Amino acid sequence: MKIVVTVKQVPDPNSNLTLEADNTLSREKEVVLDPGDECGVEEALQLKEAHGGEVVLVSMGPERAKDAIRKGLSMGADRGILITDPQLAGADALLTARALAAAIKAENADLVICSTESYDGSTGMVPPMLAEMLGLPQLTIAKQVEVDGSNVKVHRQTADGYQVVEASTPALITVTAGIAEPRYASLKGIMAARSKEIKQVGLGELGIERGEPGETIEGLTDAEARKAGAIIEDDGTAVDRIIQVLAQAKVV
Amino acid sequence: MAKVWVYAEMSGGKLQSTALELMAKARELGEVEAIALGAGAKAAAETLGKHGAKVVHVNEDKAFDDFIAEPAADALAALHEKEKPDLLIFAFTPDSRDVAGRVAARLGKGLISNASDVVAKDGGFVAKVPYFGGAKVASMRANSKPAIVLVRPKSFEASEKGGSAEVKDLAVTIGEGSKRAKIVERIAEASEKVKLEDAKVVISGGRGMGGPDNFPLLEALANALGGAVGASRAVVDAGWVPYSMQVGQTGKSVRPGVYIAVGISGAMQHTVGMKASKVIIAINKDAEAPIMKMADLGVVGDALKIVPALTAAVKAKKG
Repeated sequence: MKIVVTVKQVPDPNSNLTLEADNTLSREKEVVLDPGDECGVEEALQLKEAHGGEVVLVSMGPERAKDAIRKGLSMGADRGILITDPQLAGADALLTARALAAAIKAENADLVICSTESYDGSTGMVPPMLAEMLGLPQLTIAKQVEVDGSNVKVHRQTADGYQVVEASTPALITVTAGIAEPRYASLKGIMAARSKEIKQVGLGELGIERGEPGETIEGLTDAEARKAGAIIEDDGTAVDRIIQVLAQAKVV
Repeated sequence: MAKVWVYAEMSGGKLQSTALELMAKARELGEVEAIALGAGAKAAAETLGKHGAKVVHVNEDKAFDDFIAEPAADALAALHEKEKPDLLIFAFTPDSRDVAGRVAARLGKGLISNASDVVAKDGGFVAKVPYFGGAKVASMRANSKPAIVLVRPKSFEASEKGGSAEVKDLAVTIGEGSKRAKIVERIAEASEKVKLEDAKVVISGGRGMGGPDNFPLLEALANALGGAVGASRAVVDAGWVPYSMQVGQTGKSVRPGVYIAVGISGAMQHTVGMKASKVIIAINKDAEAPIMKMADLGVVGDALKIVPALTAAVKAKKG
């Protein structure tokens, strides 16, 4: 079974974000493999261990996004593809999906695994776009994945539980961060990753032109901030203060 | 007048409340037509009419209920081919996201997601989107026609304005090729006493709760207050509690009378989903946590001691 996992390098969720002059998020800070994607890689590795096959990581970003791919390779993925091109700077979801689709199509994968949404953008629009462009069914928000021959079954999270969703492969799955605890890369894994292939491709090789962006930022304003109220140290009276606030709000 | 479409999400035969929220905004932006697909669509059309839809396109094919996204994308694409709307609005919910992404890709159009508002401007549409950790709001102009915008739940208040819609059958044949990701079973896990989205009081826990074993403390407080328990993405990702409890950008949006954030630092991911609450109380060990800067009352202290004491005090007060 061949599994493609989309991976993204994102600003470390534990560091503060900054803005570039053109109002795009700065990627110059500490960057890491998206924690959600780590779970996607882990799930793919577990499926490979159970069913055999190959795990290919596909990413889009500047050259240093290779570090994110390398992280996944050190966990055990087999090889990587990095789509990198100056024209992709500030790409919107549509262009991102087009570029990823072009690179993934050539792989003829049985499964494409994406995380449900990235940690930095959190909009989750690329996976359904990608599924459409690749002509695949989409099994989204999976917290559990089972593969049996050419049948794939997921537990899809819903507001009050989950749905069991089935499809035949090839298919695209989006997984939640809770699906699998990512393994630590072993020293052996880290050494092995150094010699694994990361193929670099540009938009020209993928046969894609940038086109007009689907949306343009016209301006930024400060969000309406809530005013800070009182901040108190709990010296034993905190409960009384909270009760007062609850009473004012008429809930006690 | 602009031709505005609202994708009226249906689930289990019921019109979703987000559809009516979107209607309240859509009717300010132009002439509104709604699309309702699956079981109950015809009954939903009546409600959508009362909320300002001039036309409701309906189709009750079982495929819309049984298969993820593709049948709905087929229907929207077919209707778009004939009607060419100016704006297509979806709710930023899991089911609608699945459909919107496929439709946008099929039409080759960009989309703006996670918006908190949409306005008409200079003959086009501009969406407001939380940006840069929620500290900023970006005004994003949609360059495509139709403009496709996904709006966060609870961004607008639903209100009836009277009226009735013309109901039109949406003619589309759902081919076998779109019947692929099949929902074979639906399992309800949490029998929530009070629904998180509707609760008057929400008590949410984060990493500062120390572990899943301490969440019953929050449930006890919620029970005493007649509220519901929520959680931050961090603890949902860590597997402490189910996703159904997640409040935030990728979870549920809530705007209760009182929101009590316990051991939650207040990352944008979380605050986007709760900052419209009327009163916010934060309990956290860290006085510098961002949540403290937006709370009406911030208590610096040990949540594991304060919460049980508070539960006892609430019970005593209520007698």
